Amino acid sequence: MEFLLQLALNGVVVGSIYALVALGFVIIYKSSGVLNFAQGEFLLLGAYVFWALVEGHAPWPYAVALTILFSILLGLAMERLILRPMIGEPIISVIMVTLGLSSILRAIVLGAWGSDTRPYPALFASEPIQIGPLPISRGYLFSMFTAALLLALFTLFFRYSRVGIAMRATAFSQEVAQSMGISVRRIFAVSWSIAAVVSALGGILLGELRGGVDGSLAILGLKTLPVVILGGLDSIAGAIVGGLIVGVLENLAGGYLDPVMGGGVKEVAPFAALVLILMFKPYGLFGKVKIERV
Amino acid sequence: MHRLEIDGVSLRFGGIYALQDVTMHVAPGELVAIIGPNGAGKTSLINCISGVYRPWAGSVRFDGRDVTRLPPATRTRLGLARTFQNIALFQHMTVLENMMVGRHFHQKTGLFTGGFYYGPGRREEIAERKIVEDIIDFLEIEHVRKKIVHTLAYGLQKRVELARALALEPSLLLLDEPMAGMNAEEKEDMARFILDVNEEKGTTIVMIEHDMGVVMDLSHRIYVLNFGKKIAEGEPSVVRGNREVQVAYLGADAA
Amino acid sequence: MRSGDFRTSYEADMAVFDTALARWLLAGFVAALLLFPLIGTSFWLDVSSRVGIAVIAALGLNILTGFTGQISLGNAAFLAVGAYTTAWLAGKGVPFIIAMYVSGLVSALVGMVFGIPSLRLKGLYLAIATLAAHFIVAFTVVHWEAVTGGVNGISIPPAQIGSFTFDSDQRLYYVILAAAIFHLWFAKNLFRTRMGKAFIAVRDHDISAEVMGVDVFRHKLYAFGVSSFFVGVAGSLLAYQAKIISPENFPLSVAIDQLGMIIIGGLGSVLGSIFGAVFITLLPEVLRIVTGALAGQLPQLVQLFAALKLGVFGLTIVLFLIFEPDGMAARWHRIKAYWKLYPFSY
Repeated sequence: MEFLLQLALNGVVVGSIYALVALGFVIIYKSSGVLNFAQGEFLLLGAYVFWALVEGHAPWPYAVALTILFSILLGLAMERLILRPMIGEPIISVIMVTLGLSSILRAIVLGAWGSDTRPYPALFASEPIQIGPLPISRGYLFSMFTAALLLALFTLFFRYSRVGIAMRATAFSQEVAQSMGISVRRIFAVSWSIAAVVSALGGILLGELRGGVDGSLAILGLKTLPVVILGGLDSIAGAIVGGLIVGVLENLAGGYLDPVMGGGVKEVAPFAALVLILMFKPYGLFGKVKIERV
Repeated sequence: MHRLEIDGVSLRFGGIYALQDVTMHVAPGELVAIIGPNGAGKTSLINCISGVYRPWAGSVRFDGRDVTRLPPATRTRLGLARTFQNIALFQHMTVLENMMVGRHFHQKTGLFTGGFYYGPGRREEIAERKIVEDIIDFLEIEHVRKKIVHTLAYGLQKRVELARALALEPSLLLLDEPMAGMNAEEKEDMARFILDVNEEKGTTIVMIEHDMGVVMDLSHRIYVLNFGKKIAEGEPSVVRGNREVQVAYLGADAA
Repeated sequence: MRSGDFRTSYEADMAVFDTALARWLLAGFVAALLLFPLIGTSFWLDVSSRVGIAVIAALGLNILTGFTGQISLGNAAFLAVGAYTTAWLAGKGVPFIIAMYVSGLVSALVGMVFGIPSLRLKGLYLAIATLAAHFIVAFTVVHWEAVTGGVNGISIPPAQIGSFTFDSDQRLYYVILAAAIFHLWFAKNLFRTRMGKAFIAVRDHDISAEVMGVDVFRHKLYAFGVSSFFVGVAGSLLAYQAKIISPENFPLSVAIDQLGMIIIGGLGSVLGSIFGAVFITLLPEVLRIVTGALAGQLPQLVQLFAALKLGVFGLTIVLFLIFEPDGMAARWHRIKAYWKLYPFSY
């Protein structure tokens, strides 16, 4: 029982970070119809930039602020240089351009920092906090609450802020939004920046949880795909629920099945679940079903 | 026996009725027009006949056979063909290739006979080419047969779509606004082709068209839809004088 | 300007290489490929063998993604299925040709199973489903040790027909060359006949294809089957060429490389599959030679090679998509059209 709870709790913690990164996916997909396969590299780059700043003796709140600034610029640059020329191109080209982008970003990280693991500073005391029967590490608690806070902030942002409403309008129909005086280009730029920022923050939190960063963090970009499929590619609520479900699922599957099947179940379980989801509920739990017209 | 019988067909999207209890029938060899204001449900009706949409209630019978539940491809095999309101050609294929897809279910060539391009596969490809060339002659599109369709002018694309539908050798042809967006000359050509198909090949035609001049001249009978309901039917002269039709088109005051 | 080009039968009009010049050029090119092992070093022989395998794999992917419009990120997985089937069969003493085609069939079967979601999924959703196929196959390869040898890999005896063994690089090169030419020819024929045209119709307008009497779902499945068959054959040849295979031969980046090949070469083009496969396979080799030559002046380049390789690949893809989105094949056709009308090209 305690084992189960521990696994579930770890799942929730990791899942909340998945949700954060998935939010980035969903924002871009919602506003511009692009699925960004370079999301994991945004995360990787953010985590490395934070590490480099801390290594350069920046106090960590400043380092976070600068990482956010960097991510905003990164998002803007990506949108402007790469995605804008791709407007109106077929889906495969758009997928491929984000895959090409992910190669470039990974090459930059590899060239600048090599492939060794870079240790993160320990921000929290190592002895865990006891909640009921469960010992929980402070870093985990911190990550979970930060992720939850950010998710809540963004949900409010989309619901009530002027830009958030403009983004939802753009998602609904680009032409109509444009005719209402919304600059669709600006909305795209904002979406890419937000996506880069949430991914970078997710990267920092993950780095903190794992105690360091290396190239393998980029895999997370792919691992959030089951999350967005489960939730529905265009649903923010879906990203959050999907993140938690996938986080818990992979931890439970890993915890119980790894000893039976030999390692790696944790990695494959979300994808196995994904195939099943796609067969039965192709638009996810919260996604919009499209009606085709001729 | 009727070629096409539509009995009490209704179609809903969410809570909205696109079609409500529509009944119509078409005899072999007839040329029937469906008219009505925008959003009246004309294209939805065509979609129900060709199988793109499945009606929520009612039935569609084709040559006496109930096809309501059959997928579009199966209906096509039974002899039903259609064109689309917004051109739905295979944009990256040539005119010839588009029409060869129309020959798809008439052919037998499979993976291996096709892939090795020997014996039966090769002979069939060449024989089918002759059939397609006859249609090309008929519609006078020889000069563009090897052109990629998306490079063609709009009016010509409409004609190629008709050509592709004819390649199916259908007994019932559904035309969804065959003359939309054409200039007067192109319309005249198209009208002539439609009449030729109907009279020379004896193909039954159901056509949606907004140009009243064309509709009144060409069609044997007319069905009028408004807000998903049939409001009138009959020969052109009858429909022209129908008060409800005038109200639907011109508004209560003008009529 | 080309003139005097008249056809008197539909058959002549439908030929693939429709002029004498085209046929002569083709013959010359094939002859050059046949003579290549006599002058090529073993390094270049190895590279060209890999190019040949990549051509078949890229062609397979192009059949599914370029011609039928079903985006697949699962190509590395289908390649692995073919390679491991061959490893297992060859270990049991099954002769070469049979092993190769059985591998193709097994891969086709797996491909069709993962193609089932294409019944309901399109575009992005399907891409993600095939990505799942990749991870599931990768997991199976690592864990099904009895057949795959797990992470340690498995070794493959040389290809054999009767008592003749393809044990040298040269012999294997000819086998791969023959296989590549055969599969290119097959694909070219396929797309000028019924089934191939149905594939393209499904890609260009699926509803319209259905209304034309094409069973769309069945043809999507066929496309998955034919495509993975080709990829499986490529996997089989890869196994024979690599001699030892392990999960490291089939990372996701292989699938992305192959997508890169068909994007750069040209989606929906048999010729483009060749261009793309040659380009992407040669890219890192050329890069290696260049960095090697510059290592005297810039020694840090050698350490940066891995990053450089990745970055150049990504940059190539992005630049092609922005500036030549139709790929090299389209450029080739434009050049050809220009010369056909020269000097009256306007």
